[in-house]
Amino acid sequence: MAVNYGSKRVVVGAHYGFRDWLSQRVTAVLMALFTLVLLAQVILGGPAGYDSWAAIFSRQWMKVATFVVILALAWHAWVGMRDVWMDYIKPVGLRLVAQVATIAWLVGCAGWAVQVLWRL
Amino acid sequence: MAELSKARTTRNIGGKDTRPGANMRLLDALQYPLPLAAKLSILHRASGMLMFFLLPFIVWMFDASVTSEVSFDGFTSAFVAGIGFVPGFVIKLVALALIWAYLHHAVAGVRHLWMDATHSVSKQQGHSSAMATFVISIALTVALGAKLFGLF
Repeated sequence: MAVNYGSKRVVVGAHYGFRDWLSQRVTAVLMALFTLVLLAQVILGGPAGYDSWAAIFSRQWMKVATFVVILALAWHAWVGMRDVWMDYIKPVGLRLVAQVATIAWLVGCAGWAVQVLWRL
Repeated sequence: MAELSKARTTRNIGGKDTRPGANMRLLDALQYPLPLAAKLSILHRASGMLMFFLLPFIVWMFDASVTSEVSFDGFTSAFVAGIGFVPGFVIKLVALALIWAYLHHAVAGVRHLWMDATHSVSKQQGHSSAMATFVISIALTVALGAKLFGLF
């Protein structure tokens, strides 16, 4: 086993990768289940239009579920994009900029979506 | 990536790995005929990145469609009259790209979960599951795209 403690400890990158591997799968399953639940409500909601669509997201349990999925998406996308940057951008400074921009992008989109949910 | 040992071997010259096939770049990898599973895999990454970069547009669609009847009308008119100087047809194309990206990414993702659960990782299984993924995701994309463009 390689030396990985003290001054040789790696503090960046994917480390053993297990947490991220599992978190991508867990968030994926959550989002897939949410998609089925949403699809069912759309199909069973009657004629398509604003009323039936807005009614779905006015239910408190649906707001909570959507909130969970928004966070799951942000985490899932972060792991994915971090892997992409690690694969294609070797210079550390450039990769750091890309990662910071990615986090700001995801946090901004998540915040906006959550605001939409609780404005209803 | 494995680190080169510090030993002075004939293949570790000046810190660079000189074994044949080492230091392969993306451009080099593309010179080989890729198996179907490899094409599916890179499209899995590409579709994920596409959705990431279009995320503000996706959130805007959610916002406009759900906030009020007035904003809902703005949402539907974007696909007919367009947004600013961008015509409605282009907006529909972007939406179609998102539909494909989501379906491909989700079905290829389920394929990953399937491979995790059943350990079906042989070359033949990789090929057949990749084929199934393409068929399912492209069929659904065509169906939803036809609905989007008003073909039925």
